Amino acid sequence: MTELTKLTLAEVRDGLAKGEYTSVELTEAFLGAMEAHKALNAYIVSSPDVALERAKASDARRAKGEVLGPMDGAPVAIKDLFCTEGVQTTAASKILEGFKPQYESTVSGKLRSGGAVMLGKTNLDEFAMGSANITSAYGNVVSPWVAEDDPEKLVPGGSSGGSAAAVSAHLCLAATGTDTGGSIRQPAAFTGIVGLKPTYGRCSRWGIVAFASSLDQAGPMTRTVRDAAIMLGQMAGFDPKDSTSAKVELPDFEKALTGDIRGLKVGIPKEYRPDGLNSEIAALWDQGVEWLKDAGAEVVEISLPHTDKALATYYIVAPAEASSNLARYDGVRYGLRVENGGNLDEMYMKTRAKGFGKEVKRRILIGTYVLSAGYYDAYYLKAQKVRALIAQDFAEAFKKVDLILTPTAPSDAFPIAGGAKVDPITMYLNDVFTVPASLAGVPAMSIPGGLSQRGLPLGLQLIGRPFDEETILRAAGVMEAAAEFSAVPTLLRGTK
Amino acid sequence: MSYIIQGETGPWEVVIGLEVHAQVISNAKLFSGASATFGGDPNTHVAFLDSGMPGMLPVINAECVRQAVKTGLGLNAVINRRSIFDRKNYFYADLPLGYQISQFAHPIVGEGTIILDLKDGTSREVGIERLHLEIDAGKSLHDQHPSKSFIDLNRAGVALMEIVSKPDMRSPEEAGAYLKKLRAILRYLGTCDGNMEEGSMRADVNVSVRHPGEPLRTRCEIKNVNSVRFVMQAIEYEAQRHVEVYEQGGIIEQETRLFDSNKGNTRPMRSKEFAHDYRYFPDPDLLPLEFSQEFVDEIKAGLPELPDAKKARFIADYGITPYDAGVLVAEKETAAYFEAAAEGYDAKAVANWVMGDLFAALNRTGRDITDSPVAPENIGKLVNLIKDDTISGRIAKEVFEIMVETGDAPDKIVEERGLKQVTDTGAIEAVVDQVIAANPDKVAEVKAGKEKLLGWFVGQVMKASQGKANPGILNEMLKKKLLG
Repeated sequence: MTELTKLTLAEVRDGLAKGEYTSVELTEAFLGAMEAHKALNAYIVSSPDVALERAKASDARRAKGEVLGPMDGAPVAIKDLFCTEGVQTTAASKILEGFKPQYESTVSGKLRSGGAVMLGKTNLDEFAMGSANITSAYGNVVSPWVAEDDPEKLVPGGSSGGSAAAVSAHLCLAATGTDTGGSIRQPAAFTGIVGLKPTYGRCSRWGIVAFASSLDQAGPMTRTVRDAAIMLGQMAGFDPKDSTSAKVELPDFEKALTGDIRGLKVGIPKEYRPDGLNSEIAALWDQGVEWLKDAGAEVVEISLPHTDKALATYYIVAPAEASSNLARYDGVRYGLRVENGGNLDEMYMKTRAKGFGKEVKRRILIGTYVLSAGYYDAYYLKAQKVRALIAQDFAEAFKKVDLILTPTAPSDAFPIAGGAKVDPITMYLNDVFTVPASLAGVPAMSIPGGLSQRGLPLGLQLIGRPFDEETILRAAGVMEAAAEFSAVPTLLRGTK
Repeated sequence: MSYIIQGETGPWEVVIGLEVHAQVISNAKLFSGASATFGGDPNTHVAFLDSGMPGMLPVINAECVRQAVKTGLGLNAVINRRSIFDRKNYFYADLPLGYQISQFAHPIVGEGTIILDLKDGTSREVGIERLHLEIDAGKSLHDQHPSKSFIDLNRAGVALMEIVSKPDMRSPEEAGAYLKKLRAILRYLGTCDGNMEEGSMRADVNVSVRHPGEPLRTRCEIKNVNSVRFVMQAIEYEAQRHVEVYEQGGIIEQETRLFDSNKGNTRPMRSKEFAHDYRYFPDPDLLPLEFSQEFVDEIKAGLPELPDAKKARFIADYGITPYDAGVLVAEKETAAYFEAAAEGYDAKAVANWVMGDLFAALNRTGRDITDSPVAPENIGKLVNLIKDDTISGRIAKEVFEIMVETGDAPDKIVEERGLKQVTDTGAIEAVVDQVIAANPDKVAEVKAGKEKLLGWFVGQVMKASQGKANPGILNEMLKKKLLG
């Protein structure tokens, strides 16, 4: 780890402004780190040419006194679910191998036009379906963290596992993630970084390969709360090209970091403390409550009564939408095509059989099933009703409190080798604390709270009112200061 | 007007419902912003959304919404200010998204009515079940390569209105009248060009039969029939087929069929085990479509006069028959022409000229009424020339043909060619006397009682006067001279 790659986004913004270093120097430092830690498999492709070209342009602008924004010249990683003009975009699927979009997603486009430098495309679970980054067609991502009692390689979480590993291991200054049921927050928790899932509609979905359209939301993955605030400001905003994008004002998120949460009411949902909750997680949660109280917040117990239905609801709604969203990958117009003289249906079947991995196929099957004639009412329709009840739970809770504090994930990171053997239901349980906020469309953020006894990061989740990311950020800033989380990933220890 | 098939087990009634796909007139497609104009080289009117590129999202085109509302108002239908777009999922090579964006449970337009004008002058009301907006698929070309199919996505994503009737029609003729009336309304509104040949209007025909008084029996759907005539043929064939199957003790399976216009029959399109399960669900990329009552009222205020209102006005103001009025309002352009021609003239006579000689001339010359060689006011002038005895009806026909050829005004033609009718009794009498003198034998025959020969004398005089003799005066004179 070089001095340059240790910096935060906020520091880089100021350092570049003062001329302490150039964007090219930063970019080269990160490209070097990426090369050195290729074994993590955090990136599917690196784009050094694009990166250096944009870094040079940034430096040239700055020399003329032009700065496009707080991220001008900042080297970042883009999850390979965002379409990037001229740079391969795969969604970690074989079916999109070699696909180079002719367009740039709104979010990556905003970062680009704000001067950010794209280092490469980070690995993920195939089509963002997974919680361990072990379903990518381009190999597993390895966490830079190793447990003290076990040398096994660990998962970084998923689906934004590549982004999480890259941010955690300082292979980029910050990264974009997407979160459908916890895909930003859970890997952030596993790798000791900050991950923010904004309110549904805050960031445009245009140009992001769709998994579950009513849930997908892009957000920042950073090493500090302040960096998340800066980056969210560069990613968010109304987009007329996305009908579900919200026409709401874009605040200066960094200004929310006042450090003052006196009088803030924070709810602790009792349903998130089931029997058998991991005691370390429970202890960290209690610690979080203390930090908030110490800072002058009022903490109260609340109820989110439909919490136990959230996971089942999610695993109906998300696959249903996915089964339809993934129908376009048929080998006809782009991506993989498998044909050997058969008819159209045969081409579809062979292409999709070869192009999709096991988990994607499983979800397409589930989704197709729950939308089928005769099952629609019992599954999809009922799930939509329960989803409305879950949203109602949050609406009621937010009449009493300003924020909700919960753990992010039910455990610390698990071994890759173990993950592959885990049955799907157990794997889905990783999302148990993150899924409700996704279904309700409310913003939620994971911040590192401490380490488990095995020396692995644990995260705490703050959930806020719709379009009130500011309150989340404000409280997160206070908790971050209280937690003094300074642990360095195992991989980077002893390096300078 | 009942259309009954007489079978061995008794009379059979035909029950028909139509689903019409009408392409919306708009500059851009329903969700992508790409051009919606017809033609263009293959795959040149295609946005990334239309080709199903990853991450592309639909955004509704407000103009198409306006057109659908306008059509709904024209069909006297309920306008649903909140409607929902759904995905209809199925795989086909010319359907890039793998689903069609359509409306299923909550369409933009609800129940309405259409009034049919039937040939015998009666009219009949047919219910509209609903109208919804959806996107068209692309076009598969199977004849460009020996083993491959080509796909043209220009049409993919273009806005369609699916207009579904109630099963209210009972004969092929009524189905034909429905299509013609619907087409007229769409054209009046300017929401669809109604061109069935180019495919901008296509019909799916639902047919079943039953003994009168029975509940509805199983229907078959004949897909994508592309002319009024074919729709009528398809119904005739399909109804007959149902009767035959039933009378032989068979059962009709609900299925989708195709009409073969060469053979004039229908055949199954896909068997039941390959029937689609479309897995409709609300499109999560689109919010429910909502608009205000003001939006509807504004469209309503701008509606043109529609065929039914125009027909009623023609009957009342011009004193023409309901049938003639129906024919004249069937096309907006014809109605406009008629009004221009009838203004200040004998409207009934003008109607006859327009529907008779003018339609025939347009047909013969392959021209459209909008570029008619005969200016509308010249029809009125011609009618006046007959009325004031300047020319006879027979000469008028000649004059009309010259009008078609030259585009000249009738008075000018009559003047220049000396076609004025001779009403001078002296001049006529001279010719009559001449003819009588030249044909003593024929005169004798008439006098002996063969009165039919009078007509022959009329002809002879007309011939000699080059048709200019006033026929009334001539008739009187001949009768007087020959029969006393």
